[in-house]
Amino acid sequence: MFDDKIPRKLFLKSGLITGASTLLGSMFFGSGNNQTSGDQYSDESTNKELAHPGVDHNGMTAVGQVDHEKNGFDPHEMLTDWDTGKVSTLPNGQTLREFQMVAVDKEIEVAPGIHFPAWTYNGRVPGPTLRCTEGERVRVEFINSGSHPHTIHFHGIHSASMDGVPGNGPGIINPGDSFTYEFDAEPFGCHLYHCHSMPLKRHMHKGLYGGFIVDPDPEKHPKYEQQARSRLLGSAENEEWQEFFMVMNGFDTNFDDDNEIYAANTVAFAYQQKPIPIKHDKPTRIYLVNATEFDPINSFHLHANFFDYYDHGTTLYPTKETVDTVMLCQAQRGILEFSFEDFEPGRYMFHAHQAEFAELGWMSFFEVINENKETV
Amino acid sequence: MSTDWTERLPKWIWAVIPLALLFGAVVLFLVENPLQNLGVNAPPVQQLTVEQTKLDDDGIHLKVRANGSEPVSLAQVMVDEAYWKFSMKPEGPIPRLSSSWVTIPYPWVKDELHEVTLLTDVGATFSHTIEVATPTPKLTMQRIWGYILLGIFIGVVPVALGLMFYPYLKTKGDMVLQFLLALTLGLLIYLFIDTLQEGLELAEKAATVFESSLIVWLVSGLSFILIYAVGRSKEKAPEGLSLATYLAIGIGLHNLGEGLAVGAALASGEAALGSFLVVGFTLHNLTEGIGIATPLLQRNTKLLTFVGLTLLAGLPAAAGTLIGAFSYSPQWGAVLFAVGAGAILQVIVEIGSYVLRNTEVGQRFTVPNLAGFTLGIALMYGTALFVAV
Repeated sequence: MFDDKIPRKLFLKSGLITGASTLLGSMFFGSGNNQTSGDQYSDESTNKELAHPGVDHNGMTAVGQVDHEKNGFDPHEMLTDWDTGKVSTLPNGQTLREFQMVAVDKEIEVAPGIHFPAWTYNGRVPGPTLRCTEGERVRVEFINSGSHPHTIHFHGIHSASMDGVPGNGPGIINPGDSFTYEFDAEPFGCHLYHCHSMPLKRHMHKGLYGGFIVDPDPEKHPKYEQQARSRLLGSAENEEWQEFFMVMNGFDTNFDDDNEIYAANTVAFAYQQKPIPIKHDKPTRIYLVNATEFDPINSFHLHANFFDYYDHGTTLYPTKETVDTVMLCQAQRGILEFSFEDFEPGRYMFHAHQAEFAELGWMSFFEVINENKETV
Repeated sequence: MSTDWTERLPKWIWAVIPLALLFGAVVLFLVENPLQNLGVNAPPVQQLTVEQTKLDDDGIHLKVRANGSEPVSLAQVMVDEAYWKFSMKPEGPIPRLSSSWVTIPYPWVKDELHEVTLLTDVGATFSHTIEVATPTPKLTMQRIWGYILLGIFIGVVPVALGLMFYPYLKTKGDMVLQFLLALTLGLLIYLFIDTLQEGLELAEKAATVFESSLIVWLVSGLSFILIYAVGRSKEKAPEGLSLATYLAIGIGLHNLGEGLAVGAALASGEAALGSFLVVGFTLHNLTEGIGIATPLLQRNTKLLTFVGLTLLAGLPAAAGTLIGAFSYSPQWGAVLFAVGAGAILQVIVEIGSYVLRNTEVGQRFTVPNLAGFTLGIALMYGTALFVAV
């Protein structure tokens, strides 16, 4: 007869009904508490006091540590571990870059203590960050050692048979089979590759994606030669920069088509718990890829500073100037350039500005190092 | 020959041999693992159930019970879709059927809803909704007294008021007695179904491994048989005072459950209790007092007896509000309701058999009797509308 799921709004709306303590207080101890419905909880706390002195108002994080060694990859190393492949020259003088990628099933720790049965390229999520220069010949030998058919679909310019989709060219590559994808690296920019087997959503969110960066060839861009040179890995101009690669991704650990974990480079809170050190006197460039499934967009927000943004990285001039937030749809990517020169040393936050994603793991810090300045 | 040989063996050997073979069979099974041939490689089944919730200035405290095929490791805790620090007592994986208190130093917001999600090591999620965040009452003398008084108001007072109709009812004849007995039966049928239903609802909230709804049915049946057996142990069906006493016990157990629900809802902030609700309960439980008075109408009864019956039927409500307010585990609550249902069933059977023994076949289903029965149910349902909103 007493339903403990009483719709509370009915009670809250009713002028007849007052709070429990009011009843207990006024009915039985009437003289003691002069409570009205407005301050019925005044015996618990007043508005001027901090609510719950015992709680940690700054406790938003994961508990524990991820075993990067067991994972076989470390999100901090992933920031800069470009895979430049095996380089040789073809008879026609074109540079050839050869890569090998192996699809393997692997359980990875995506947040402290939480293990996800991932599908990976080369045992890591994201897969290797392939880096080459525009106009080069790229050969990627793909071996499927996983339990399901997979492909590699590159976001770039190539023929239909090299598109890595079912029904085209070799189509899906079955477990135990292999195929070599081959194309010219075009256009320059910040790209990605991913598995295009069906069901696509599952093959993507299980972890089959990675970065594919094509540096511009400065000789082909006389008008923006300096900018192109600064992007070209190995050039003296590029040495002046500190470059990082980040994939914004998520993990649906309970397979309900909704992510439980968000991160930059897979491990939730990795750069919150251990910030990325950056030097104040070197400009910073971030190659940013959105590989988040289920959520239509993800975003990158930088604190206390602004950046120039090159959408897809396919231009040598910013497509957005002086912004502090950029929004990327699924598979969208771009290059961010900013400088912390002469900034006070300390922690500068960056994260998805979807507060939900941030609080579910996509929360990070840069640790700006500046020997010339003291922290105020 | 062979019979001689077997007869010389000690008798206990026939108890030892099956046990020894059982042990051997278990060992053989574990060593050979015949399931391998079936290709059975089931992933661990995990289940976490939040049994109790406490909110205070240190944050949110949850009593979490694990069930499933192996111990459950709680990896992370999310509150309102944000990962938050937490600590466990005891620490480490929660063994099967065991429980652990999880403390989350989360700045919860008074009167608002919070959703806590527990993530295990395999990324499975278990959600628990705090409908209306309210500080869990602290165990102060003032609070305890408050809850006891509340229980007295919804239990003792209405039963006492109902019993006060006794002198008036006594002036009426047999017809009225028959009518009141039928009314009491209707009331009891209502209480029986209601109590059973409450128990089954609570069973849903308990950890699945306990099979709590099964327990509710079994405990109801068992407690019915036990109380029935005790009642009949004098080789005579209970009548008069003893029947009234059993009525008081059954109704008392029901009121214990009722108090439990009120106390828990109040403490968890799911129900704001007002004078309206208390008045509702008083009306609702008044009928119970009339029911208890009915078997006594044909004899003289001392005032002290009435006091005793009132306390027996009403006071458990006070115990209920207290236990409910200071939290209890759903499986135990379900057991309490089940005992209540069994006790009420016993009273239904005894009053039913009393009516059958004392009336001619043709006088059983008379218009006044059917009207009384229906009115008993209708009264309970009608007054329940006051409290169920």
